[in-house]
Amino acid sequence: MVVLWTDALVFVLLFGMSVLSVYMLSNPRMRRPLRQIGASKTGMVSLTVLLFFVAVGLLDSIHFHSKDSNEIVSVLDQWLSPIRLQGEKTYSAPFAAHLFGKELMVLEDGSPVWAYPRLQYGGAHLDDPESELFYDVLMKASIGFIKSAIPAAIVLVLLGKKFLHRKNALISQASAKAVAWTVFWIVVLCGTLLELSSYYHVLGTDKVGEDVLYQATKSIRTGLVIGTLTTLIMLPLAIVFGILAGFFRGWVDDTIQYLYTTLNSIPSVLLIAASILVVQIYMAKNEEQFTSLIVRADMRLLFLCMILGVTSWTGLCRMLRAETLKLREMEYVQAASALGVRRRIILFRHILPNVMHIVLISVVLDFSSLVLAEAVLSYINIGVDPTTHSWGNMINGARLEMAREPLVWWSLTASFLFMFTLVLAANLFADSVRDAFDPRRMG
Amino acid sequence: MIQYIIRRVLYAFPLLLGVNILTFVLFFVVNSPDDMARMQLGHKHVTEQAVENWKRQRGYHLPLLWNAEASRASKVTETIFFQKSVGLFWFDFGISDSDRRNIGADIKQRMWPSLAVALPTLVLGLITNICVALLMVLFRRSYLEFGGIVLCVVLMSVSSLFYIIGGQFFIGKLLRLVPISGYDESLQALKFIALPIAIGVLAGIGSGARWYRTLFLEEVEKDYVRTARAKGLSETQVLFRHVLKNAMIPILTGVVVVLPLLFMGSLIMESFFSIPGLGSYTIDAINSQDFAIVRSMVFLGSVLYIVGLLLTDISYTLVDPRVRLS
Repeated sequence: MVVLWTDALVFVLLFGMSVLSVYMLSNPRMRRPLRQIGASKTGMVSLTVLLFFVAVGLLDSIHFHSKDSNEIVSVLDQWLSPIRLQGEKTYSAPFAAHLFGKELMVLEDGSPVWAYPRLQYGGAHLDDPESELFYDVLMKASIGFIKSAIPAAIVLVLLGKKFLHRKNALISQASAKAVAWTVFWIVVLCGTLLELSSYYHVLGTDKVGEDVLYQATKSIRTGLVIGTLTTLIMLPLAIVFGILAGFFRGWVDDTIQYLYTTLNSIPSVLLIAASILVVQIYMAKNEEQFTSLIVRADMRLLFLCMILGVTSWTGLCRMLRAETLKLREMEYVQAASALGVRRRIILFRHILPNVMHIVLISVVLDFSSLVLAEAVLSYINIGVDPTTHSWGNMINGARLEMAREPLVWWSLTASFLFMFTLVLAANLFADSVRDAFDPRRMG
Repeated sequence: MIQYIIRRVLYAFPLLLGVNILTFVLFFVVNSPDDMARMQLGHKHVTEQAVENWKRQRGYHLPLLWNAEASRASKVTETIFFQKSVGLFWFDFGISDSDRRNIGADIKQRMWPSLAVALPTLVLGLITNICVALLMVLFRRSYLEFGGIVLCVVLMSVSSLFYIIGGQFFIGKLLRLVPISGYDESLQALKFIALPIAIGVLAGIGSGARWYRTLFLEEVEKDYVRTARAKGLSETQVLFRHVLKNAMIPILTGVVVVLPLLFMGSLIMESFFSIPGLGSYTIDAINSQDFAIVRSMVFLGSVLYIVGLLLTDISYTLVDPRVRLS
């Protein structure tokens, strides 16, 4: 068992989120907004998709030393080891049995010939790929479909019988059905892909012959870590500074305003670039601390989250300050201070719970923009480590092949599909969270 | 008014000083100039002498904050902090670390291509977003609006990199309407900047139109709009004469903040389309780890941001007579 820094923080975050959800579920005040989210079909479906991504990310966050080679691998790696280890020499198209480029080969009689060599693993079980490939793919896909669809359907129907007709549930019946269908399709999709992956490279292979589907799946963790850990770092800063500035005013307010205006006035890309340069120098200087590649990449990911956190707390801080300024003039706060309640207690009891909806909404809204930001930062070489699997790195690698004829399109398509699904789900979920918690939108 | 502006300009100084100290700490205290020299010269096989020369040529051989060896006033002035910071305040950026060019001259030259792409993108984007948002509000509670919202969310969820790659591929490579990348002087530049502008506008529609729609919708509910309808104005008249005018206040002030920053250009757009603007200048500096340029760009960006804030406050008084500056 190896615990990397980001792993530890991811599980801290998971613990925090579980505590928060238990609190929200038990708090009667939260029932109305939660029920509103539960009634929105798009909200629940996107939440399901998000949770699926989170599950993959969590599987990828439990690391250990692999037995056969002394590498650090995750549970997901172990689970996907057929796809991970079955690398080819270089590019190959999705479902191809041959390499993408021609190579000089020597025939049995010794004469050299330019041809497309067969892949080592993809479609290797076929004798004559030209005629068999299509039907074989169809066969394997239907086998995978049946293998996963039947158990999934049985489990879902049983669960549905047990839970669907409970009264007073948070989730409405219509959205429960939609969620069940989403789960069903996700399971079937995964089952089919897994079945196919043991015979083919479903999304092709990249320049060094690594399976693109595996890369895209591994990138999920990077995207999630950036989207969530950044928030973990930014929230304490934003909440503490925002509320203090709004509540105490005077010199506290002036100092905090100065602080965030200064930080805000620096173009955030440049601040991130500067900090990453500094980190790079630090790592080059202390090479002995970073024993393996994965530890080094992990450290850089953590630094990136910290830097993004430091550059992004100012917006939320300003909003919280404005809200606190408004709240402290409210009658109930005035009444509390007239009754002699201590200021610390007022802050915790009366101000903090009443700004929480702003925090919640902005956390969900920020998530998708952070996932998108990662790709852009990786493009400028100030994002995650080049050895880390991430959608930004995938795009970056594929971009250089754009001029190639015929086009190598699968890496771009894969990263596009994965990123789009995650960000779309996050955006839709953010919308339904905002509709449920924003007092201005209630009606 | 004049008094207010003067006070704001004076208030800018502590801010810029803060920015300066922050970058100074990042670049010179966390890393010593020795590290920078080694980074530039290559890590391993580099002699002490070469590092010393590199530092002396660029003025990094001085002490950081306090020169004990110098006499009197130059105890403060003969330091890296003073030498490298004071010039920035009158836009004397010095020379770059890697290829020893004058940064100020480079910035002056590269400002215009950046502006040539960024300004049309902003203006066209603003017009498009307002039109789309107005259409959605005009047909509110219909399938057209629902489709518009869905489209906006979908457009928002696509990374800007894909807009650029897709645009370059379909319009530049398949249809061959415009060159894929490059830049030219004067009017010849038009064919080079058309695609970046179109992509910039398209990439902004999702979030922009959605945001404007909420602004318009807030305005549509208000009493004066109801009065206007009660007077018998048609829905389009209400929208264009009343709602648009009043919703323009937050929209315009939001635009004014970014106006000065247009000079900085867009990092990825310029580097994808190889436009020789400040954005690609910055990226090059980041990639060649040129601290002098990065530091100058940080300073320039902060100045422009502060100018933007000031312009916003002034524009509030111009568009909304209820606001008084004090």
